[in-house]
Amino acid sequence: MPIKSYLAHPHEGKKQELIDALLALKNCEVIPAENKDILIVITDTADNYQDEILKEQIEAIASLKLLAMVSGFNTPKNN
Amino acid sequence: MYTSLTNRRSFIKKMAALSAMTAAATMFPGIIFAAQQEEGLPKGGNLDWKKAPCRFCGVGCGVLVGIENGKAVAVKGDPNSTVNKGLCCVKGYHSVMAMYGKDRLTKPLVKKNGTYVETSMEEALDLIASKMQETIKDHGKDAVSIYGSGQWTIPDGYVASKLFKGCIGTNNVEANARLCMASAVTGFLTSFGIDEPMGCYEDIDHADVFVLWGNNMAEMHPVLFSRLLDQRLKRGVKIIDFATRTTRTSMAADKSIIFKPQTDLAVANAICYEIIKNGWVNKSFVEKHCNFSKGLTNMGYGLEDNYKFTDKPEKIDFEAYKAFLEDYSPEQVEKISGVSAKDIKYMAAYYGDPNKKVMSLWCMGMNQHTRGTWINNLVYNIHLLTGKISTPGNSPFSLTGQPSACGTVREVGTLTHKLPHGVVMNKEHREFAAKIWDVPVENIPAKPTYHTVEMFRALDRGDIRFMWIQVTNPMVTMPKLKRYREAAKKEGRFIVVSDIYPTPTTDIADVILPSAMWVEREGMYGNSERRTQYFEQMVEPPGEAMSDTWQLIEVAKRLGYEKQFYYKKETHIEEIYNEYRRHHDNKKHNLAPLEVLKANPGMQWPYVDGKPTQWRFNAKYDLACSNGEDFHFYGKPDGKAVIWQRPYEPAAEEPDQEYPYWLNTGRVVEHWHTGSMTRRIPVLHKAMPHAYVELNPKDAKRMQIKTGDKVRLTTRRGDIVLPASVNQRGVPEPMQVFVPFFDENMLINDITLDSFCPISKEPDYKKCAVKVEKA
Repeated sequence: MPIKSYLAHPHEGKKQELIDALLALKNCEVIPAENKDILIVITDTADNYQDEILKEQIEAIASLKLLAMVSGFNTPKNN
Repeated sequence: MYTSLTNRRSFIKKMAALSAMTAAATMFPGIIFAAQQEEGLPKGGNLDWKKAPCRFCGVGCGVLVGIENGKAVAVKGDPNSTVNKGLCCVKGYHSVMAMYGKDRLTKPLVKKNGTYVETSMEEALDLIASKMQETIKDHGKDAVSIYGSGQWTIPDGYVASKLFKGCIGTNNVEANARLCMASAVTGFLTSFGIDEPMGCYEDIDHADVFVLWGNNMAEMHPVLFSRLLDQRLKRGVKIIDFATRTTRTSMAADKSIIFKPQTDLAVANAICYEIIKNGWVNKSFVEKHCNFSKGLTNMGYGLEDNYKFTDKPEKIDFEAYKAFLEDYSPEQVEKISGVSAKDIKYMAAYYGDPNKKVMSLWCMGMNQHTRGTWINNLVYNIHLLTGKISTPGNSPFSLTGQPSACGTVREVGTLTHKLPHGVVMNKEHREFAAKIWDVPVENIPAKPTYHTVEMFRALDRGDIRFMWIQVTNPMVTMPKLKRYREAAKKEGRFIVVSDIYPTPTTDIADVILPSAMWVEREGMYGNSERRTQYFEQMVEPPGEAMSDTWQLIEVAKRLGYEKQFYYKKETHIEEIYNEYRRHHDNKKHNLAPLEVLKANPGMQWPYVDGKPTQWRFNAKYDLACSNGEDFHFYGKPDGKAVIWQRPYEPAAEEPDQEYPYWLNTGRVVEHWHTGSMTRRIPVLHKAMPHAYVELNPKDAKRMQIKTGDKVRLTTRRGDIVLPASVNQRGVPEPMQVFVPFFDENMLINDITLDSFCPISKEPDYKKCAVKVEKA
């Protein structure tokens, strides 16, 4: 059950567009910076397969310029 | 205390958010998040976070390992680390999972009548010591050898060198870093007289242009590449990918320039030609700080056993060098390299522009090269001619692939010719080492024995009878592997392998020792930017697994060297590090005290007067400079760096009618080298389950090959069948193929060539001739 956090950089002028696209995805939370063009993205998926699919979906967003992973937690299901 | 699943997950999500906010704050000072988002973020929790350098590549990212109930359960980038500033790549994030594979080796195994039998560690160590004694008695001390690794910790390599060179008295000490950065070492030594980069990662924050010389940073050094991309977002820097194959790096770069294999030599000379022709030479810098030299040419390729080469440097002057470059005009080089004269001039103009700071970065593309030393020299030439060196943002920078290729192999000196300080050929250096090691100086032989390829050839011939292999997997990585696999299996050879998982190398072992991995023991790594990083033992190793350091100490004691291996179990790492520091007790290489390493995310050497040195050879930053000038290349007796006249020469084996393609091999982002750890991490294994052969789409179409179809590759060494990859991750040029080497079930090195750079002795894994057919 992976939980990961990323820093997401939007293309110029596309910050809101990127926020909207990310919020439309299931299992994805967004924390935008107030004064910089950067977002924090938290993903919370049931298994590695879903995690991979979600990452692919994020990377396919046109307004996304760069996605950098910061941390990951692989929590056991019974924990 | 009971914690519900919901609360637990919510807590972890907040931890993840906190990590990201901390990383963002490090990268974007002053960044603000909405107040409500920062409310309620956890401050601690049950996880105990401890700092360590990452286990994998040579970037040396600082990570924080989350420990819970005696188990490492989480990893995050360390925001206090200036290396990665809180970022973490896919391998780093999964690094703790590499410790918990189901088939971890936990008991020593001894081969008896063809099968492995569990034994106690005491018995296994006794057997190793007695076999070493027997071999020395029957065949001489040069019949025993140790083959280590750039993944050895500093104490591992140090005790190995002390035991073999100082006590036993053989220079049969080598490490797998010979296969990945020996050309960088000889490049530094020939150009500057002293090893390792003059700059540091902070150069990334100052440079305006980055030229990547055959370096797929997006996959091999993803965190540093993120820093480059970050600088492009912030400052609009330019990234030029100069390579033989289109990769993720090419796709992310501002400009991709493709050259024909081996012709980087010609292009580098053409850039120098342009710099001189256009008057971009920094004359005062060159006059004050540089000499010009030429060496022997047509050196051969080391293909035959017992091949020997010694260069004969000869001083030349600027005019002779300029005349030599007349053969390398962009228009002439375009014909050799396939790089347009326009693109050569484009690169030269950036190097030549006095208002642009340029960083050159490279790794295996330049090092695994039959003229690896030369191409390193040639890139330094560019920076020396323009004076763009040893200042923030002006930096020729060789990256390393392993976490302690620099710290252990280069700095401790675990190569046949090396000592921790200096070389075995130098009497004063031998005396200095012998004094610290408390051994008679006569113990240390004055002649190097075998570099890595020759060491395995010696095993084949029977000159070497005993080999101890630690933290590396040569039965996947050696070029022309078939010969060396058969060699290891020959009668009368005794092989010890220390590792954490079964590998093709443990398959050839007579004794397998289970090793403690990474934070299961205490140690230090040294990264690409001269940063030494300490990590404590955080969890217990499984079963009888023992650190490689302590395995060597136990055997040393059994061999009768109790006096030299006086270390106590509880404090041996500290004792070893303090002893090792004495070898580098000078302004050019002083290492930080252990307490400083413990308190910081690593510290760069030279560490002088309580401060690290970021830019060597620059008097403003480097206290070892003593010539009264702005710059002092103190590795050379006259304090001057060398601009080398080095020509273009072809590769050892080029495509012909019978084998018409180039074969190039390398790595992928998901797997660490031979995959012995990362293939046991389900998510990484699933993302990249097996090797493949990348073909150019035109070639694939002509041969009616689609992705997944079986393709047979045949070289003069044999053949192999792999699934095709067309227009997937990387795209080779027409008549070239690329195969990653991580897959032990598809051993591409069975068919590669064991040619090497005659100066560095590093093999060329990037070029040989191959026939390609649909299988």
